Amino acid sequence: MTGGPVPGPRLAPVDAARRMKNIIEISGVRHAYKTKSGPLPVLDGLDISVPEGEFCAVVGPSGCGKSTLTRLVAGLMKPDAGEVWLDGQKVTSPRKTVGMAFQNPVLLEWRSILDNVILPLEIVAPSMPRRDRIARAEALLEMVGLAGFEAKRPSELSGGMRQRASLCRAIVHKPDVLIMDEPFGALDNFTREDLWQTMRDLRAKEPFTAVLITHDLRESVFLGDQVVVLSGRPARTQHILSVDLPQDRTIDVLYTQKAAAMLHVLRDQIKIAQGRNPEAA
Amino acid sequence: METLRKIAVPVLAIAAFLAVWETLVRINGWPDYVMASPSDLPAAYARFWELFLIGAWQTLWRTVAGLALAVVFGLLLGMIMGFSRIMRDALYPLLVGFNAIPKATLVPVLALLFIGQHDFNTVMMAFLISFFPIAVSVGIGLSTLEPEYRDILRSLGASRFTIFRKIALPKTLPEFFGALKVSVTLAFIGTNLVEIVSPHGRGLGALFLSGQTNSNYPLMFAVLIALAVLGIALYYAVVALERTFAGWAERQAT
Repeated sequence: MTGGPVPGPRLAPVDAARRMKNIIEISGVRHAYKTKSGPLPVLDGLDISVPEGEFCAVVGPSGCGKSTLTRLVAGLMKPDAGEVWLDGQKVTSPRKTVGMAFQNPVLLEWRSILDNVILPLEIVAPSMPRRDRIARAEALLEMVGLAGFEAKRPSELSGGMRQRASLCRAIVHKPDVLIMDEPFGALDNFTREDLWQTMRDLRAKEPFTAVLITHDLRESVFLGDQVVVLSGRPARTQHILSVDLPQDRTIDVLYTQKAAAMLHVLRDQIKIAQGRNPEAA
Repeated sequence: METLRKIAVPVLAIAAFLAVWETLVRINGWPDYVMASPSDLPAAYARFWELFLIGAWQTLWRTVAGLALAVVFGLLLGMIMGFSRIMRDALYPLLVGFNAIPKATLVPVLALLFIGQHDFNTVMMAFLISFFPIAVSVGIGLSTLEPEYRDILRSLGASRFTIFRKIALPKTLPEFFGALKVSVTLAFIGTNLVEIVSPHGRGLGALFLSGQTNSNYPLMFAVLIALAVLGIALYYAVVALERTFAGWAERQAT
């Protein structure tokens, strides 16, 4: 129906060949938070593989542990069990080759847009001359349509523009992996579709492997090379959908038979994840 | 036009205040030992200008010294409480309890602890009375930092100190300056408390006392106005600092 292979969940340990091929390799990850009323398991058997340069969209019901997944990949926390590998190395702590963007653009109000974008370079490349940093940031800002706004404060920009700047900051240091936690979630529909296209254009110019957490199935199909559906909490990999659409997609692609069929599959999977019968309503 | 308005409005407000004061005294026919009027003050300033200058300087430097101590100690305490939950739980009741003690009761305690150390005692009191708002607001500012702010740098392997310097500290500056404005006026109260309650012949407080002993009521009121002027000056010095270091937090009026 969708044309792509749909592999089932995998719980085998990560073999060397897989690690070499995939930039991101998450295998059998389990994690529970300690709460007053005992451990709260959020992840239970998570498997995700993302080959170099691919874009992986992750969807799932609310509160199923998607944000925990971003923190694990970023090395901000360690899983109770299972392994996270980035570029052939096991993740045990934060690394400079990762970029992050959140639903809240978290720009620093006391810095100009340009200096906000430069921030990661100050940490990752302290010896880089300021002139080169500025050139790099300006090039990115131009790419996302923010040329001319370099000197503005974040408060002077609209929500969509702030999120564009936040994306620039996430990739300014040329990370291998870009992790996004619902970056377009707080935007209106039209702005969101604009930013999808910005994201698509950025990918064409900047090589990175991406994980995008989202609630928006259309977003996952438009941007993703694969869509991973997580089950309800505790989350495991419930379904993997290969998005068999051309790379240079336009929004129109979402109105084709092929995309409609994929969206249908995802919708059914989300219902299953929510514990509902896909046949009902 | 904008700057003119900014200066003219407060000056007019002060003039109106003095006019109302003067009118009240005249209408009621109060003699100056009940309530001095603004027109009595120039004579007092002209007669004792030298004492005013000396006293104002003594009050000012001891207030600023106490305030500087409060900034250093308040920042440190705020950082400790902002970063450690345990320290926050441990220190809050102590701090609130200490702050609830009327500081006037501490004047004799200090005077006995450090007999004769008048400058030290005065600076101490200015410090003790003014560090609390700074510690609390810095502590709250740091502990309420959204985790995403930390994560954008932590995910790159930045150290705790780098995160503090680049994000937590600048983000807390508006709260810090808000507290400093409160602390400035508190520090003045602390200085004058010692100058008046534990007389040692220094500062504007001593001049106030001598006005009282000599039944020179215009002098007493003149001291109060001089204190107000010092307070305003120091307050606007803080505002100027705030504009320089945390001007980004100010929104354009709409």
